[in-house]
Amino acid sequence: MQNHRYDVVIVGAGGAGMRAALESSGRARTAVLTKLYPTRSHTGAAQGGMCAALANVEEDNWEWHTFDTVKGGDYLVDQDAAEVMCKEANDAVLDLEKMGLPFNRTPAGRIDQRRFGGHTRNHGEAPVRRSCYAADRTGHMILQTLYQNCVKQGVEFFNEFYVLDLLLTPNADGVEVASGVVAYELATGEIHVFNAKSVVLATGGFGKVFKTTSNAHTLTGDGMGVVWRKGLPLEDMEFFQFHPTGLAGLGILLSEAARGEGAILRNADGERFMERYAPTIKDLAPRDIVARSMANEVREGRGAGPHKDYVLLDLTHLPKEQIDSKLPDITEFARTYLGVEPYTEPVPVYPTAHYAMGGVPTNIEAEVLRTNTDVVPGLYAAGEVACVSVHGSNRLGTNSLLDINVFGRRAGIAAAEYALKAELPDIPEAPAATVEAMVAKLLNSAGTEKVNTIRTELQNTMDRNAQVFRTEESLSECQSDLEALRQRYENVAIADKGKRYNSDLLEAIELGFLLDLAEVLVVSARNRKESRGGHAREDFQERDDENYMKHTMAYRGPDGSVNLDWKPVVVTRYQPMARKY
Amino acid sequence: MTAVQERSVSTPTEAPKSRPIEVKIRRYNPEISDEVTWVTYTVDAFPTDRVLNLLMKIKGEQDGTLTFRRSCAHGVCGSDAMRINGVNRLACKVLMKDMPDKLTIEPIKGLPVEKDLIVDMEPFFEAFRAVKPFLITHGNEPSKEWLQSQADRDRFDDTTKCILCAACTTSCPVFWTDGSYFGPAAIVNAHRFIFDSRDQGAEERLEILNDREGVWRCRTTFNCTEACPRGIQITKAIQEVKQALLFRRV
Repeated sequence: MQNHRYDVVIVGAGGAGMRAALESSGRARTAVLTKLYPTRSHTGAAQGGMCAALANVEEDNWEWHTFDTVKGGDYLVDQDAAEVMCKEANDAVLDLEKMGLPFNRTPAGRIDQRRFGGHTRNHGEAPVRRSCYAADRTGHMILQTLYQNCVKQGVEFFNEFYVLDLLLTPNADGVEVASGVVAYELATGEIHVFNAKSVVLATGGFGKVFKTTSNAHTLTGDGMGVVWRKGLPLEDMEFFQFHPTGLAGLGILLSEAARGEGAILRNADGERFMERYAPTIKDLAPRDIVARSMANEVREGRGAGPHKDYVLLDLTHLPKEQIDSKLPDITEFARTYLGVEPYTEPVPVYPTAHYAMGGVPTNIEAEVLRTNTDVVPGLYAAGEVACVSVHGSNRLGTNSLLDINVFGRRAGIAAAEYALKAELPDIPEAPAATVEAMVAKLLNSAGTEKVNTIRTELQNTMDRNAQVFRTEESLSECQSDLEALRQRYENVAIADKGKRYNSDLLEAIELGFLLDLAEVLVVSARNRKESRGGHAREDFQERDDENYMKHTMAYRGPDGSVNLDWKPVVVTRYQPMARKY
Repeated sequence: MTAVQERSVSTPTEAPKSRPIEVKIRRYNPEISDEVTWVTYTVDAFPTDRVLNLLMKIKGEQDGTLTFRRSCAHGVCGSDAMRINGVNRLACKVLMKDMPDKLTIEPIKGLPVEKDLIVDMEPFFEAFRAVKPFLITHGNEPSKEWLQSQADRDRFDDTTKCILCAACTTSCPVFWTDGSYFGPAAIVNAHRFIFDSRDQGAEERLEILNDREGVWRCRTTFNCTEACPRGIQITKAIQEVKQALLFRRV
C-alpha cells in the first residue's frame, strides 16, 4: 500500500475533471486520478457543440437560454443553477477559445454558431443559432484543448488508477468531511491511499447499465457507486436520456448537429413525422420528445428496414460540401459501421442510452449534499456524475459540454479555496480495508458466475424494461431481474488472479457498481408515477406537478435497500407550463 | 420522398450470417513467464462485428485473462490501437466483413509490452509533451475571442483530428529502430499549433523539431499516413513542418 498527501484530489480526467484541475492546480497542490488516460475520456465523443448566447450570428441572450434549459428539462431544473450556467456560458466558451480551441468561424472571423434541439429565440418562437462548435467533434476539441493546457500547466496525473472508495472523517463537531480516496493501480495491482483536504468527483455517467448506448465501455458509474455505498444520496436517477439518433442496432451516436444542419427524420413511408409531434420546431424538438416520437413510429408499424425497427435520418438533400465541413465524423461512422453513404442514402437510426440527468446532488458551488440542505465539507462533484440540477428531467443538447466547463471550473476553484483554509484531516483507521476486501473477495472467489453473463443480462433487462417507455409492470419485472442478478453476482468469479493489468478484476468491480445504480434507477422510476422529460410512464402519461414537481433523493439503507425521499425544485422566474414545441 | 421509400426497400432482408474466425493472439505476461506465447481462439463473428467485439467475446466467454485496452469502441478515444494482420489499426474500426477468416493480433510495435496487447504509453506521451502542444501567445488577450478566418482555421484542421492512439508512431520504421525519435504523432501535434494563426510559439517548436531526433529523421515511408485511423495526411504535415524549418516561414 502506498500513501499520498495532496491538497486537492480530482477523480476523473474528462472535461469536468480537467477543467477543475486547471483552476485547482494553480492554487493548491493537486492530483488528478483517472482510470484511463485523460485523452481517452468520453468527453471526446461529444460532437455537436456547446451553447452560449454569444449572439455572434443572430440576436440571443442568456435569459432565453435559461428559459430553454428549464423548459427542456420539463421544469425539474433548479433554476438558480440554470441561471448560473447560462450566464457563465459566454466566458466558458471564450476561455476555451483562448486556450486554443479551434472553433469553426463566421465570415467575420468570430466563433460560428448553429442550431440545436430545444434552443430557441425569445422563449420558443423559432430555433436559434446558439451552439458554438468545431465541426462535429466539439467534445474531442474540448478534451484535447483541456489536456494540452494541463500539460502546459504541469498538472499531475495518475493514469489508470481506479478510485474505488471515498474516505470520510468526522471533524471536531462530529460532521463527516472528505479526507481522501482509495485507488487501485491497474499496472501493478497496488492500492494507494490519497489523503486530501478536498476531493472533486468528475467520473462521468453509467450508460453501461443499458445494452444500446452511446457510452464507452468504461462508463460504469464508479463515482456514483462509491458515493452511494457511503450512504450519501443520489438524485433523480430515474431520468436517463435516450438520444434519438444512435446508429440502429449499434447505439453509436450521430449528433443532433445533423438535424441542426437541416437533416430530417423520416419513417418507412418517407414521412417527416416530427411535424405531427412538434409542429413548430419539428426535428429540433428536445431529445426526449424526438426519442419517444421515433419509438412510437416503430411501435405503430411505421418503422423502416426488414424488421421495421428503426427510422431514417435523411441528409441526402444537404450539399456534400456542407456535410463534409460540418458533419465529417458522423457521416464516416455511418459509412464505417453500417455501410451507408449519407450523401445518397438515409441513415438507419434508433434511440440510444446517452446521458444520466441524475447523479450526486450538489449545490451551485459544486459542493456535494448529504441531505436536502447539508453539504459534505470538502467534497465536490461536477459533470455527468453530478446533479446540480441544470438538466432537470431532460438535458438539452450541448448543455453537457457547457455544464462540465462551468461547474468543472467552479468545483476546481471551490475545492482549492477550501483546501487552502482547511487542515489535512486524519484518515480513518485501516483506510484501504474496504477496497482490499473487495479485491480479495473476487480474487479468492470459487464461484461459478461470469461477469460477462451477468452484465449481458443486466443490459438486456434494462433495455427491455426501463428504456424510452416504462410501466409499473416492466419496472417491477426489471427490479426482480436485478435482485436475482445481484444474488448471482455474489457468486461471480474471475479467471485472472494476477496483479498486473488485471482488467478481468476491474470489470467485475465495475459490474458491481452497475448493478447498484441500475437498481436505484429502477426503484426511483417505479416511485415516480408521472411522465416528465426523459421518464415516460405509459400508465401515468401526464406530468403531475402537484405531486411530483420535486427531485427524487435515494439513500442506501444498511441492508443495501433503496430508500426514497424528495427534495424541492428551486424555482426563480419560470412557473411550469405545458411543454409544447 | 419516393426516392427515400425506394432506398429503404433496398435494405437487405436476410439476416447476415456469422462465421467462425480463428484469432491468433500474441500473449505475454511477465508476472507468470518471460516467454511470449501465441494462443489461437475460435469465435463466431457477424460481418458487422468489429475486431474489438471478437476480443471482448474471447475475454468474456473463453479466457478472462486476455488483456487489452478499450473504451469508446467507435474510433474516437484511441485506446485500442493494435497490429491486426500486420498493420496498425484501432480494433473498434475494423469490421469483420472486410477481414479474412484468420486474424493475427499483436501489440503495437516500438513501445515496451506490459501484458498481452497492452504497451507502456509513457514514452509516446513524453514525446507529445516535448513539442509544447499548447497555444502560446504573448501580450494582451482580446476581451472576446481571437479573430481567425475560416481559411486560417482550415490551415491546420487536419492535424486537430489526432486522438493520440499511437497507431502512426508505432508503424514508423525509424521509431522502431530508434525510440528517441519524436515520431509522427508528436510532429502532427506540433503542426497543429505551428500553423494556427493565433499561435506565437512556432519558433520554439521548430527549434525543438530541428533536433537530431526531430523531423529530419522522417524517411517519408507513408506508414504513418496509412495507419492513421482518423485519415490525417501525416506525411504531408511532416513535410510542411520541414519546409517551415527550411524557409522559417509558416
